Amino acid sequence: MIEKNNSQPLVRMSGISKAFPGVQANDCVDLELHPGEVLALLGENGAGKSTLMNILCGLYRPDAGEIELRGRKVSIEGPKDSQALGIGMVHQNFKLVDSMTVLENIILGMKNQPLVLDMKKVRAEVLQLSKRYNLKVEPDASIWQLSVGEQQRVEILKLLYRKAEILILDEPTAVLTPQESDELAKVIRLMKTEGKSAIFITHKMEEVMNFSDRVMVLRKGRLVAGLSTTSTSPSQLARLMVGRELLFSIDKKPFSPGKTILSLDRVCAKDDRGLDALKEVSLNIRSGEILGIAGVAGNGQKELAEVITGLRKLKSGSLRLDKEDMSQSSPIAMIKAGVAHIPQDRSSAGSVGDLSVASNLAMKEYRKPPLSTGIFIIPQRITSLAKKLIERFKIMTPGPDTHLKFLSGGNIQKTILAREIGACKSLLVAVYPSRGLDIGATESVRRQLVDQRDQGFGVLFVSEDIDELIQVADTIAVLFEGRVMAVMPSKEAAPERLGLLMAGVGA
Amino acid sequence: MRIVFEKRKSRARGILFAVPALSFMISMLLSGIVLLIAGANPFETFASMASGAFGSSNGFSETLVKTIPLALTGLAVALAFKLRFWNIGAEGQLVLGGIASSWVALFLGPSLPEPLVLPLCIAAGFAAGALWAGIPGLLKTRLSVDETLVTLMLNYVAILFAEYLYYGPWRDPKGYGFPGSAPFIEAAWLPRIFGRAHAGIWFIPVIALLFWVLLRRTRWGFELSIIGASPRAARYQGIAVQRNILLAVLLSGAIAGLAGACEVTGISHRLQQGLNLGYGFTAIIIAWMSQLNPLAIPFVALLMGGILVGGDQVQMMMGLPSAMGTVMQGLILFPMLAGSLFTEYRIRVLSGKAKKSKVACVEGEA
Repeated sequence: MIEKNNSQPLVRMSGISKAFPGVQANDCVDLELHPGEVLALLGENGAGKSTLMNILCGLYRPDAGEIELRGRKVSIEGPKDSQALGIGMVHQNFKLVDSMTVLENIILGMKNQPLVLDMKKVRAEVLQLSKRYNLKVEPDASIWQLSVGEQQRVEILKLLYRKAEILILDEPTAVLTPQESDELAKVIRLMKTEGKSAIFITHKMEEVMNFSDRVMVLRKGRLVAGLSTTSTSPSQLARLMVGRELLFSIDKKPFSPGKTILSLDRVCAKDDRGLDALKEVSLNIRSGEILGIAGVAGNGQKELAEVITGLRKLKSGSLRLDKEDMSQSSPIAMIKAGVAHIPQDRSSAGSVGDLSVASNLAMKEYRKPPLSTGIFIIPQRITSLAKKLIERFKIMTPGPDTHLKFLSGGNIQKTILAREIGACKSLLVAVYPSRGLDIGATESVRRQLVDQRDQGFGVLFVSEDIDELIQVADTIAVLFEGRVMAVMPSKEAAPERLGLLMAGVGA
Repeated sequence: MRIVFEKRKSRARGILFAVPALSFMISMLLSGIVLLIAGANPFETFASMASGAFGSSNGFSETLVKTIPLALTGLAVALAFKLRFWNIGAEGQLVLGGIASSWVALFLGPSLPEPLVLPLCIAAGFAAGALWAGIPGLLKTRLSVDETLVTLMLNYVAILFAEYLYYGPWRDPKGYGFPGSAPFIEAAWLPRIFGRAHAGIWFIPVIALLFWVLLRRTRWGFELSIIGASPRAARYQGIAVQRNILLAVLLSGAIAGLAGACEVTGISHRLQQGLNLGYGFTAIIIAWMSQLNPLAIPFVALLMGGILVGGDQVQMMMGLPSAMGTVMQGLILFPMLAGSLFTEYRIRVLSGKAKKSKVACVEGEA
C-alpha cells in the first residue's frame, strides 16, 4: 500500500530502527518527503511517530538505518546538524524560555551570532517574517505572558528565522482552538507555496484530511501504509492505525440527572502566580451527569479542578458537596468525601514513576481495610488488589512490582484511572483524561467516565476536544479567562459556537 | 561501534550486592596505590588494619565502640534522606543529644530514683536531637529555607555550645583544669558488655528493624515513600507532605541525639572533648553505601568502624600519617557513588553497522 512518487525526494529515511529498553520504537521504517509536500504521520500513542521525528532532528540516534537529504547521505548527530541542514521541529512541549522575550527566544542557541547582538536587525527580520506568514506575535513580550497558541507561533517563527526548509510539527493542534487550527492550516499552506515541506505528527483524522498531501501510518513502530490523502478516507486510516474497526460513538443510558452533588457558587481563586484564575464561577453537577468543561488550556481548568479537590484555596465564594459546605476543605477531606481526581499532570501529580504499579494503585485505598489494619499495611493484599485491577483495566505491565515509569503513557493513565475509579464515591474530576492517548486507550477512558455517570456519580470532565465533549458530556460549560461563558446541554452545543465561546467571543 | 548507557528496566537483586562489592574492591585498589605512593606495602597495611580492627578482642571492642554512633547516625540520616531532606547535621544533633543527656545525669541524676536516671538520660538525648533537627525542619517545611545549609551550620553551633559548657559553667572544679564536666553518677552509666563496647549497641538492631518495618509495613512508611519519590503526587493523594517531612526529620534528629546520649553515658561518663569525632559526617557515607537500606546500615557501619580503628592501628604500627584512614574513607565513597550509576544503568555496546532495509517492513497489512 505504498504509493510511489518518482521525483527526487528531499528527505529519505530508510531502514530506521530504534529500541528503548523493552520497546522497539521504530522497526525498519522508511520515509520519503518531497519538496513542497505536507506529510502527515499518523499513528496511535507509542506507534513511534515522535521517535522517528526526533531521529530526523537529531535528538535521538537510530540503532540502524540511513538518512539522505536531497540524495546525499547525511549523519545527524544532534540538533545543531539538523538545524544546519534546514530541518526544524516544534515539539509537543514547547522548548521556550518562559522568562525571556519572543525575540530572545528566537535567536537563543543560534550559531555564528556576533558578540554584540544587533537586536534591531533581528526585530526587523522577525517582524517581516511574522507579517509574511501572518504569524502575529508581540516581539517584546515575555513567553509566560503568551497564550499557548501564541507560543506555538513563536516556535514556528524560530524555525522560519533559522531558514528551516523542513518543518516538523508534533501534534500542533492539540493545544489550539478550532479557529487557531484553521490559522495554522493557512500558514502551512503558505509555506508550501514557497517550496517548504512539513511533516506533522497527529492522531486526528480530520487534520490529516485537511492539512496533508500524503499520509504515512505507523503502528507499533512499523510503517503500515503510505497513501496520498485524496485516495483515502478517515475510516480507512483509522482501520490502518489501530488494525481493527473502531466505534466512534459511545453508547450511554439516557440522561436523567438526580440530586445536585457539587455546587459552586461565585467561586474565585488565584493561580500559582497570584493572578485571578477563576472569576465568579458558578456551576452545578448532578448525580448521573457528566459536566464537560470546554476551553483552551490555561483558562482556569486546572484551578477549577484543584479547587474542587481541595488542593487550592477559594478566595471567595462557596463550594458545597452533597449540600455540605466544603469551601475550606483539605485534599484529604475531599478524598474522604469520595471525590476522585485524574489530574492534568499525570506523570508528576497523578502518579509516582519511581514506585511500583501496585503502590500506585494502592495510593488511595491503603488508608483502610483490607489494605491496612490499624497502622500497618498488608503488602500481599496490595499486590493482590493490583493484580485484580491490572486485569480489569487491561494495564499492560510486566507485573505489579514493575516501576510505573517503565509503562507507556496510556498504561500510566489506566493505572491512575483504575485507582481513582475505586476511590470515587460521589464525584470524579477528570482533567484531560484522554490527552495524548491513542484511540484504543481514549475509548476505554471515555467508557469509564460514562460508567461512573451511569452508576449515579457526578463527573467533571475537562477536555479541549470539542467532538469528544459533545459525545461524552451531558452538559457543557465553556471557560474563558476564568469565567464561565455559557452552560448548555451538549445536545444543543454546536462545535462552531463552542469554538467561538472558547475564544471569548459571544458571551 | 558505540557504547551507550541504557536505563535498566528493573533492578536485579544481585546487582544491589554486586555493585557495592565491586566498588569496595576498586576502592581497595585505589587505596593500595595511595599506600604504595606513601611507601607502604598495601597488603601488609590491609592485613595490619584488619587485624587491628577485628583481630583482637581489644581491637574489636574499639571497632564496636565506633560502630554504635556510626550506625545510629547512619540510620538517622538515612531516614531524612529517604524524604530528600538533606540532613547533614547529624553531628550537631549527636552533640546536642550528648549535652542534654549530660544535663540530666549531672543535675537531675543525684536527686532521682536510681533506676530512672539512665532512661531519662537516654530520653533527654532523644528529645534534644529531635529539637535540634526540628529547627531546620520547621524552617524548611514552613518557609522553604534550604536545609543543607541550616543543618550544616547548626553542627558548629552545637559543638561550640558543648565547648562553652565544659570549658565554662559545667567544668569540673576537681578536674585539674582538664576541660570536661564532672563525672556522672554511676546510675547514669550504660552497662559495658565487651571491653569498652556498651549496651547502646542494642539500639542498633532495634532501630534498624523498626525503621525497616516502618518503611515496608506501615501506612506512615507508605506515605513517606510516596513523599520521598514525589512530594507533588503525595499532595494530590491527600497526604500532608510538610507535616510528615517534619515528623520524619524530628525522628531523624532524635536517633542522632540518641547516639550522643550513648556516647556520654556509655563511653566518657562526662561531657568532654571528643564527643564530636565526625561520626555524623561519616554517617552520610554509610547511608549512601547502604543505599538507604536500614538493614544494611549496621554492617556498613561496622566496616567503617573497622576502617577507623584499623587506620589508627596502621598509624602506630606502620608509621603512616593518621590521615590515611580518612583518605581511605574518601576512596571508598567515590567508587561507591560511581557504582550507584550501574544499579540504575547498564552499558550496551552497539555495532555501528546499519541494518539493511527489509522489504517486509514496507508492505501494507491492511
